[in-house]
Amino acid sequence: MPQQPNSDNKKQNPLLMKIVNSVFRYVLMILFVLVLFGVILWISGTDPIQSYKDIFEATLGSSYGFSEVIVGMTPILFTALAVAFPSKIILINVGGEGQMYMGAMFATWGALTFDTWPIWALLPLMFFLSILGGSLWALIPGYLKSRGLVNETITTLLLNSIAPILVAYAVFGFWHSPMDTNKTANFVDAARLPTFYGTRVELSFIIALVLLVIFWLFIRYTKWGLEMRAIGANPQAAKRNGIPVAKYYIVVMCIGGAIAGMAGMSQVSGYYGVLLSGFSRGLGFMGFLISWLAGGDPIGIFITSFIVGIIFTGGNLLQITQGIPFAVIYILLAFTLFVVLARPTFLKGNE
Amino acid sequence: MTLLSVLGVISTAIFSGTSLLYTTLGETIHQRSGIVNLGLEGVMLISASAGFAVTAISGNPYLGVLVAILAGGLTNMILGYLVVSRRGNQLASGLSLMFFGFGVSALIGQSYVGAKINPLPRITLPGLDKLPLLYSSLFKFDILIYLAVPMAILIWWLLFRTRWGLGLRAVGESADTAFASGRNPFVIRYQALFFGGMLAGLGAAHLSIAYTMSWSDFMTAGRGFIAVALVIFSKWHPLRAIFGALLFSGAVAFQLLLQSSGVQISPFLLDTIPYVLTLVVLIAWGGTRRQAAPASLGRVYQGSE
Repeated sequence: MPQQPNSDNKKQNPLLMKIVNSVFRYVLMILFVLVLFGVILWISGTDPIQSYKDIFEATLGSSYGFSEVIVGMTPILFTALAVAFPSKIILINVGGEGQMYMGAMFATWGALTFDTWPIWALLPLMFFLSILGGSLWALIPGYLKSRGLVNETITTLLLNSIAPILVAYAVFGFWHSPMDTNKTANFVDAARLPTFYGTRVELSFIIALVLLVIFWLFIRYTKWGLEMRAIGANPQAAKRNGIPVAKYYIVVMCIGGAIAGMAGMSQVSGYYGVLLSGFSRGLGFMGFLISWLAGGDPIGIFITSFIVGIIFTGGNLLQITQGIPFAVIYILLAFTLFVVLARPTFLKGNE
Repeated sequence: MTLLSVLGVISTAIFSGTSLLYTTLGETIHQRSGIVNLGLEGVMLISASAGFAVTAISGNPYLGVLVAILAGGLTNMILGYLVVSRRGNQLASGLSLMFFGFGVSALIGQSYVGAKINPLPRITLPGLDKLPLLYSSLFKFDILIYLAVPMAILIWWLLFRTRWGLGLRAVGESADTAFASGRNPFVIRYQALFFGGMLAGLGAAHLSIAYTMSWSDFMTAGRGFIAVALVIFSKWHPLRAIFGALLFSGAVAFQLLLQSSGVQISPFLLDTIPYVLTLVVLIAWGGTRRQAAPASLGRVYQGSE
């Protein structure tokens, strides 16, 4: 169709209009969610304005608050990447939760067994073990998928339920400290990830960022990335062109599991410093949602994780200042997700 | 191992399996209509907390059960809006619903942690009351337990012997074909979600109002996901779900028996049996290509204009 010259003011600058439009939509969406959650807070007898003020001051309002947001987003970066990477070849990894638990368990074994090692040897070993644990747990769905036996969605879901039980078995059975039944003794200092500038931000955040960049480069610029994109576009065609699709299913799934395993490492060695039975209530599932919202895009993953980090940190704060259960913050999270899910075109900016 | 302890295991299995059976029946209906509901955990938590709170306030457990049922159906309407009307991704929508349930239930339940309620009364069947007290007390069940198996049969009848069930299964196999033969996939899926949600609510009600008689955060402890596994294990069939639910809760009860007889097996390892079994069953089917899953499970119906 030939281009028609437009006299209409609106059509003269379509890009600007598009940006204004999408910014307007974003603002509207955020306001809607905040008002909705505000009503919930108000009903439960909490002052919503004060709560939002508190959340802002405790997250973006100070440099320490900002660092806490980063602490909150660190494990989610891993679990989101663990979903995003397999999603490039249409593998639906809902198993980040289980893979993270296995990573945490393996890393803990290293921390408890080799507690006399120096930090420069112990931490790499623990990282290696967490990667091993996560990827072994992902090997099962990867293998079953590659043989065309069982759909990876179902397998990863089932394995999600098994992994926390195994962790509970180890912790309650023989790893617990003399004082507690549900957690190990505190890790020795050599088994703790170093933190920065007196905050709780630890090394694994940097590792997560590096992985995000590698992920982006890998998919875009390597031969394997190209082949993965080919499989993602059409697995049958890729197979006929000689790409070993089955091998990719196994290897890519294992890499996804390995990344989720590192989330476990960041939790036990960084955030908690102990292995706590049932330490995660859905960090892996959160990663799935974030990867899905971001469409598997690294920058999108970073931004979305950051927002979720703010929400989580805010939840911690409301628990302390307003005395409402931490889980209540999940409502804010869910409202945000609902709005995005109900209007998938919001994020793409075209309707 | 005495007769009494064996009966004790069976009794415990029945008690803890009832909520699983109802929830599994609910998920069977969802999935037969083509929707995977990963938000069951959240739905159950909301129902359990709402039912418990209402029971605590009113002192009437039946009112609590009713509220739990309604809460389950209504919560699922959110999922219906997202996946049916807005054509959102089912897995993502379900998991969002799960997080929603985490939050809402914590809010509803926060002032009822540790509260005492008037639980669903337990009734001894006529005839059993002649037994010695030790035995008859093992088989004093509440009304929801007595109704669980009949409910499974009712769901089987609804799904496989009525026009409504035929339409629902047709939508689950192919929404387009069902639409072409004059059925409305949107309406049917909403109905399936509402009905299935009510069943999950019933299961949750049994958990908080009859079985544990208490509320604590995250009390469903993964039962929503177990139900999803059990649906697959029972091949999307309501009657096989009875055995699935009993198998799972039986494993839990069995470990109590083992402990009492001094056998050293970790209860945690026994907990994994149902999941491992489901996995094994899936692998066995995969080899023979006898998948029984509804064909359009998880697919978005775009509508036919």
